[in-house]
Amino acid sequence: MKLRKNEVHGREKIEVPMTPMIDIVFQLLVFFIMTFKIVAMEGDFNINMPQAAAGAPSTSLQVPMKLKLRAGPNGALQSVALNNTSFSGSAREKFAQLQDAIVEQIGVADGPSSAQEESEIEIDADYQLQYTYVIEAITAVTGRIDPKTGEVQKLIEKIKFAPGAGG
Amino acid sequence: MKIKKNKREMLEGDLTPMIDMTFQLIAFFMVLINFTQADQNKKIQLPQSELAKPPEVPFENAITLQMYQDGMAYFDGNDYTLDSLRQRLVVEKQIADDFKADVGGAKSVTVIIRGDGRVATGKVQEMIKLCQDVGFEKFALRAKEEAPN
Repeated sequence: MKLRKNEVHGREKIEVPMTPMIDIVFQLLVFFIMTFKIVAMEGDFNINMPQAAAGAPSTSLQVPMKLKLRAGPNGALQSVALNNTSFSGSAREKFAQLQDAIVEQIGVADGPSSAQEESEIEIDADYQLQYTYVIEAITAVTGRIDPKTGEVQKLIEKIKFAPGAGG
Repeated sequence: MKIKKNKREMLEGDLTPMIDMTFQLIAFFMVLINFTQADQNKKIQLPQSELAKPPEVPFENAITLQMYQDGMAYFDGNDYTLDSLRQRLVVEKQIADDFKADVGGAKSVTVIIRGDGRVATGKVQEMIKLCQDVGFEKFALRAKEEAPN
């Protein structure tokens, strides 16, 4: 019964002033449109470098890999060498070859105590080398995108910089 | 004359669909807006990497150090040289040690490094070394996402 009464009331036209609300809503809309900007997503490469471990012998059983990045004039990349194997071609080709060499050494098998987690790589870069090549090298050694599935396969996880490199 | 007459008549348009749409738009922009981008310096061109995926879990304690092309550092709204950055980081470490003591102090803090792609690697390494001297241990090198090709 009560409900019916309410329904009857509801039929009465209530005049709500809409203008202020619409004003505010448009203000909000304009604010969000103005502050909106499209930014490329960013990601991180983790490196763990405790102070004491610098220069201390590695606890890993395997021989740590050494990656040497040498700079040419203007900080451009001149040579890339893993242990004592150097790679040739353009910068992109060098890093592709480097990745193949890493895959060959440690494989891509997944597992709890796989070679990926054990392996460690030390990056020794020239002082003048442009930072972007270091990121490219880290990209090449930390993982690759599987050509078949498009998923990321992890390679070496432990990365460190050679102490006092290039200085 | 005619115009005046027309104006005086109250036009009762139905505003509900418009308000619905406007709220939709507001909700859309609110969801997409990202204030955390505020600590990104526009002058720095990050290197690109196809593996740079946004972390699933953001770092719990992190400070962001940025480095310009010329090797100057940028932290928390100010520019620093490496020497003045050291003093600032010592303060930062003290704060971390005092307030985050239960999770390991400065050792639990991740230093996110946003270096310009054109800066000399040695400069970045000097900055990392400086952070190590001060007492930070975890580092993350930040890169921009690049579409695989």
